[in-house]
Amino acid sequence: MSILRKPGLLLSFLMLAVTLLAMIAPQLLAPYDPYASVGAGRLLPPSPEHLFGTDHLARDVFSRVVYGAGLSLTAAGLAVIGGVIVGSVIGLVCGYLGGAIDFVAMRFVDVLIAIPGILLALIVVATLGFGPLSIAIGVGLGTAGSFARVMRSAVLRVRSEEYVEAARTIGVRGSGVLFRHVLPNAARPVVSMAALELAVAILSVSALSFLGFGAQPPAPEWGALVSAGRDFVAIAPWLSILPGVVILAVVLSVNRVSRFIGGDR
Amino acid sequence: MTALLRVSDLRVDYGSGRRANPAIRGVDFEVAPGEIVAVVGESGSGKSTISHALVRLLPDIARIRGGKVEFDGVDLLRAPVSAMRRIRGGRIGFVPQDPSHSLNPLMRIGEQIAETLRRHRGLSRADAAARAVEILAEVGVPEPERRATQYPHELSGGLRQRVLIGIAWACEPALVIADEPTSALDATVQRHVLDRMQSLAAEHNTAVLLVTHDLAVAADRANRIIVVEKGVIVEAGIAADVLSAPTHAYTRRLVAAAPGLNATRLKPTIAVVDQHIPDSTEPLVTVSGLTKTYGATGRAKAAAAPAVAGADFSIARGSTFSLVGESGSGKSTTARMVARIIPSDSGTITFDGQDITRVGGEALRQLRRRIQVVYQNPFGSLDPRMTVEKIIAEPLRAFGIGTRREQAATVRELLGQVRLAADLRTRRPAELSGGQRQRVAIARALALRPEFVVLDEPVSALDVSVQEQVLQLLVDLQAEFGLTYLFISHDLGVIRQISDRIAVMKDGHILEQADARHIFDDAEHPYTKELIAAIPGARR
Repeated sequence: MSILRKPGLLLSFLMLAVTLLAMIAPQLLAPYDPYASVGAGRLLPPSPEHLFGTDHLARDVFSRVVYGAGLSLTAAGLAVIGGVIVGSVIGLVCGYLGGAIDFVAMRFVDVLIAIPGILLALIVVATLGFGPLSIAIGVGLGTAGSFARVMRSAVLRVRSEEYVEAARTIGVRGSGVLFRHVLPNAARPVVSMAALELAVAILSVSALSFLGFGAQPPAPEWGALVSAGRDFVAIAPWLSILPGVVILAVVLSVNRVSRFIGGDR
Repeated sequence: MTALLRVSDLRVDYGSGRRANPAIRGVDFEVAPGEIVAVVGESGSGKSTISHALVRLLPDIARIRGGKVEFDGVDLLRAPVSAMRRIRGGRIGFVPQDPSHSLNPLMRIGEQIAETLRRHRGLSRADAAARAVEILAEVGVPEPERRATQYPHELSGGLRQRVLIGIAWACEPALVIADEPTSALDATVQRHVLDRMQSLAAEHNTAVLLVTHDLAVAADRANRIIVVEKGVIVEAGIAADVLSAPTHAYTRRLVAAAPGLNATRLKPTIAVVDQHIPDSTEPLVTVSGLTKTYGATGRAKAAAAPAVAGADFSIARGSTFSLVGESGSGKSTTARMVARIIPSDSGTITFDGQDITRVGGEALRQLRRRIQVVYQNPFGSLDPRMTVEKIIAEPLRAFGIGTRREQAATVRELLGQVRLAADLRTRRPAELSGGQRQRVAIARALALRPEFVVLDEPVSALDVSVQEQVLQLLVDLQAEFGLTYLFISHDLGVIRQISDRIAVMKDGHILEQADARHIFDDAEHPYTKELIAAIPGARR
């Protein structure tokens, strides 16, 4: 299997590598300070000096997008990690113990899934206050339900495997069976779904900050950048379009790579 | 006599290009009209690939590399697809291995037979339906009119296999290819199905190519035997000659390993230095009135048929007690209750003088040091994510025995005891053969130095030659460590090789129990006699 024969996959990996670099060391990629005006002029169109042009305060938009990667993707990553942890614990406990706990907890999960993700996130943000962390918690809570379901069904499958029964007959304690046999064997579908959910979470986080619930200006959060460009969409459309294209490219790349991880080459 | 089927230099590869893996490497044989030829080999020998290549029904990755298959003057490898379609089902019948997946679950039995007749014989709908009922009667399906209107799930495995045989013979083919036709069936059912197949072949003068892993079945049924190993025919000849005077080493191994052809208990091969002598004459395990009913609760439970009804037996120290029975007899349920994997409804289990029927929690966990289990399926009972070393060390870890280094040393010692190379330590189960996996499972069971091992069909998933090696290993280990075995099997041939005492189970009841020799020499119960008569290889 050669990854070089799949240009889409290769491109996706490259895109993610660049994005990761932007998260870790934005100063290596960004040519200008994202918060200071470059002085050259306001609302300049894209050019070799300013790849994505400049905004109404004469700041370099490309540099702002690069610095925004850290904010947007950290929030999305936190959301997914939180969702995986909460969902997996619920799914693991429900699938393994069964009975009344399973029944009650899974009805709670049903309710969670029934509420649209964005609406749930809005409720959380309204309760906890604006900011990237609230968004992460809100989006994470929305994904936890589906993680719980996937984990539970995987645990139910693994629990009835013969090696799990065999582990008990060789004297492994209940907790040992759960963490050494059931969890590692049930984790794979959750991991491949987590990668897929990351793409969704990036979109949700961007959407919420577009609506103004996330990082407040002048922080260069991706959704906020698209939103800020809205006022000038008639005279400087690149202000909204180019950050939007970046969001799209990252989401598609995450999606492609997660399919690769999930075993669907 | 001119041959009906003449195969010459048949070659089949799996995969293509540089990664091509030859499965059949130049095979030549002939089948005369009306002759039964058995193709015998172990898993991976290529015997099924041969049978599928003849009718060009190979999986997509397989490529026919060359050779000729002449059937009645037509080269099947070069015949156009439309001609092949007429030949398959019409001139060549096919009996598949697994009766539970080879019938359309949404079609009535009668319609499935009629379908073949209408396609190849051009019979009208009514004629085909009438003929289908006749065919069902011919293959020995009771109440053929009623059965014809039923769906596959309403029939037992044995009846389904008869239906498939009926379909294969529906158009009076000149040749029937039967690929492991009875491997999924119980011994007594297997015997009836094979009897029926043999008489059909004789009545219609049909040639049969019988593909089987079981040399004993081949010995009973075939005129000629072809032994295949690694895609090459290593021996071919008249059945009696091949069995009585095998010339090839591989055939000799197969004959020596076939349980049905060897009628003695295996003896330990090792010189045991300090043989364990039981320190007490009391039986190690005593079971009385053990009963289990599945599923239902309350009043429904009283009405439901019990899976095990009042089993009584005791197992002497250092001996092998075997439970034999066909599927659904309750033998596995009994074993699982004795091993305290599933709870019993009533009755008591005494282990070394202690009542363990209701022991639970930590006390039950401590009991695992003394009672261990080996499962039927070596593919399912090992965690696929763990290395062999971790798997074998796990019981030691669970009980905190020894340091990490001591555990590693114990694992190495255990691998030696089950005759596995120490460098397999780092492998995962998927990288091992079935026999190696079962040895790993046995090593794991022995890690805690138990006194009592429950063996639930430990060799039925293995090839005969591997089966024999594992049985020999069990016998050696028993002598070395003074182990007591509760051995479960459906195969009396296997039971005979390992048991001291045997109990025969049917429908949840123990019909008869006695010393092994007594059971085989003069069984009292008619069902036991029937089971013994059904062991393949007995008609030789």
